[in-house]
Amino acid sequence: MAQLTHRTTAFQKTLSAAILSTRHLSTSPITVETSVPFTAHNIDPPSRSVETTPQELLTFYRDMALMRRMEIAADSLYKSKLIRGFCHLYDGQEAVAVGMEAAITKKDCIITARMFEGEGRFDALYKKEGGFYGGHGIVGAQVPLGCGLAFAQKYSKDENVTFAMYGDGAANQGQLFEALNMAALWDLPAILVCENNHYGMGTAEWRAAKSPAYYKRGDYVPGLKVDGMDAFAVKQACKFAKEHALKNGPIILEMDTYRYHGHSMSDPGSTYRTRDEISGVRQERDPIERIRKLILSHDLATEKELKDTEKEVRKEVDEAIAKAKESPLPDPSELFTNVYVKGYGVELNKSLLELDLTNLSRFSVEQSLVLFSNIKLTLLVIDCISQSFGADRKELRAVLP
Amino acid sequence: MAAMLRSVGVASASFPLADHSNKLSTFSVCSLPVIRSERSPISDPIRGTRMTGKVITKAVAAQAENAASAASKPGHELLLFEALREGLEEEMDRDPRVCVMGEDVGHYGGSYKVTKGLADKYGDLRVLDTPIAENSFTGMAVGAAMTGLRPIVEGMNMGFLLLAFNQISDNCGMLHYTSGGQFTIPTVIRGPGGVGRQLGAEHSQRLESYFQSIPGIQMVACSTPYNAKGLMKAAIRSENPVVLFEHVLLYNLKERIPDEEYVLSLEEAEMVRPGEHVTILTYSRMRYHVMQAAKTLVNKGYDPEVIDIRSLKPFDLYTIGNSVKKTHRVIIVEECMRTGGIGASLTAAINENFHDYLDAPIVCLSSQDVPTPYAGTLEEWTVVQPAQIVAAVEQICQ
Repeated sequence: MAQLTHRTTAFQKTLSAAILSTRHLSTSPITVETSVPFTAHNIDPPSRSVETTPQELLTFYRDMALMRRMEIAADSLYKSKLIRGFCHLYDGQEAVAVGMEAAITKKDCIITARMFEGEGRFDALYKKEGGFYGGHGIVGAQVPLGCGLAFAQKYSKDENVTFAMYGDGAANQGQLFEALNMAALWDLPAILVCENNHYGMGTAEWRAAKSPAYYKRGDYVPGLKVDGMDAFAVKQACKFAKEHALKNGPIILEMDTYRYHGHSMSDPGSTYRTRDEISGVRQERDPIERIRKLILSHDLATEKELKDTEKEVRKEVDEAIAKAKESPLPDPSELFTNVYVKGYGVELNKSLLELDLTNLSRFSVEQSLVLFSNIKLTLLVIDCISQSFGADRKELRAVLP
Repeated sequence: MAAMLRSVGVASASFPLADHSNKLSTFSVCSLPVIRSERSPISDPIRGTRMTGKVITKAVAAQAENAASAASKPGHELLLFEALREGLEEEMDRDPRVCVMGEDVGHYGGSYKVTKGLADKYGDLRVLDTPIAENSFTGMAVGAAMTGLRPIVEGMNMGFLLLAFNQISDNCGMLHYTSGGQFTIPTVIRGPGGVGRQLGAEHSQRLESYFQSIPGIQMVACSTPYNAKGLMKAAIRSENPVVLFEHVLLYNLKERIPDEEYVLSLEEAEMVRPGEHVTILTYSRMRYHVMQAAKTLVNKGYDPEVIDIRSLKPFDLYTIGNSVKKTHRVIIVEECMRTGGIGASLTAAINENFHDYLDAPIVCLSSQDVPTPYAGTLEEWTVVQPAQIVAAVEQICQ
């Protein structure tokens, strides 16, 4: 969910811009070293030095703070039963989303798993214009879909790539290897990103995978292991992967990351790991902390300004929640919208004036006269015949067993 | 709704559709509206042009008036698999986004020759030979469809597509709904199914009964070269995911089809033989068993009305209903299993909607609930044979 927010909402970068303008910071590039070097399989890894700008650092901070706040808010909304179903929180893993976004364009496609059912519509979880092809419920099934997106990109020759994301749990799905085989066979521009947070729900990776080196599992497909808690490492790896995929076909990226919460809201997250482990990672590897230290060390903002950013972000999230709470629940008539796209068939218009008489030739003259004589009955009958013969015609809704 | 229509006095007039392949010599084609779809000018989003194509949802062949000599007969003769190929080729010519993927569809030409020659014409990317990985290449097709391509997935045998059930059900069927209408999945999933000649249990599956519950897909079954081509074209043009069921034993049927372009409606049933005494609903291969039984029945003095339902999801309850209102007796002859098959759903649908018109309980003749045996004689006993149909009609018409 946080990945989506990041990709689709228009951020008001007011504060970051304000910080830059008041401090008259140059947009000169800053070079940052990733926390650890990249580990590579069948390929030469990219360099550890990443170029960035003050603007980008502040944006990263703001985006990750926003994501973190959204996850915490989702947590409390779920506990107050405003979010239902399953809710999978992403806090701790923000660097993956933010780093990836920085390396790609809106034309590149992203597809992932992890769905959560909100109180209303599902359409927020997919965003066609943003190139976000959804959070899918059945983990692993999105990887062949991702290869299909890459296939379409190759078919249309449009020089974009697809990031098909999955977790360490889903990495054991057979369809992943099938998809990898096909992607490699046809040189599809697919980048398979394994977000390895080391636990598949309650099962640690060493208990589920004989070989937890997910970046090596591609065998003939090259792979790269990346520190997923370092946004710049992620950014560098994604840029590198994009260049590779456009020329040479698929590549696997393993993001070594961590989630603070349990797999879903019903999972306390502490039965299969120790609290010390969680707090240890939070202290040493937290992605937001890393960016904060970088910003402070390069003198791009003061502590107070960063705190103000966090406050602003919190306010933004609260406003969004308030708006969502006000939005009406879907009408029962919406149950049948979008099950089918209207296809072939005759459509008769509801209004009496627009009735196409030629279509009434299905009924006898007698019936047509009855129609026009009795207004009240007419309205009832109009309701019946104002139906398409396409797949979502009314009688079909009522009668399909 | 049926009650309301009755109160208005909707006459149960049946509109006999002059099916191209009708075997009866004289056939009155009464005032039949040629229903044109509202979307007649087909605009091509890629080229941005408006391509005018006449879309005839109930194509009435003109040859009923013109029973001249064979030499001047309009149309051309071909086999069912050739008709499918013709439809496929026409659509691939018309729209560059249409592509085919499946096992051995490219260089080999298709295990039933439906895609023969297409790879040479359109290239390896448009007619894609996939590895044996049904789950993922069906998933790939769905992913490609999300971006706007129109893939056709061929299951070498429908039974193999059981491996892709998750992709067909969750992704193909439901993505349009769960994405709030943002993504359309205009895929066609097709392949031969049904009981063949001693192919064994795993290669004689009828998947229509398993797929029928999936919300969001449409299912059609073709039975003649004429409707095979028409339905193939309609399925490719449809924005909804369509599963097109072909039958292994029907690929070599020969028929004369029109030269001009035609597209059939995906949701309409076909009137094969109008009659008065009993309505026999069938589809795919069983249509031929029914027609064989009909010959015997006619000799015995019965007048069965035979309807090839064609559209398995959704049912064409309009045509079926009109027929029920006329004859008051229904027999369903299908190749699905007894339990949970198309016949079972159809029985429920007819009972719910047209109960007052029925003079007798609906008889549903289906295959036995057994895995299809390899032994020829046993295999014969699992599917419905013409003799059983005759016996059922005699029973119901007593």
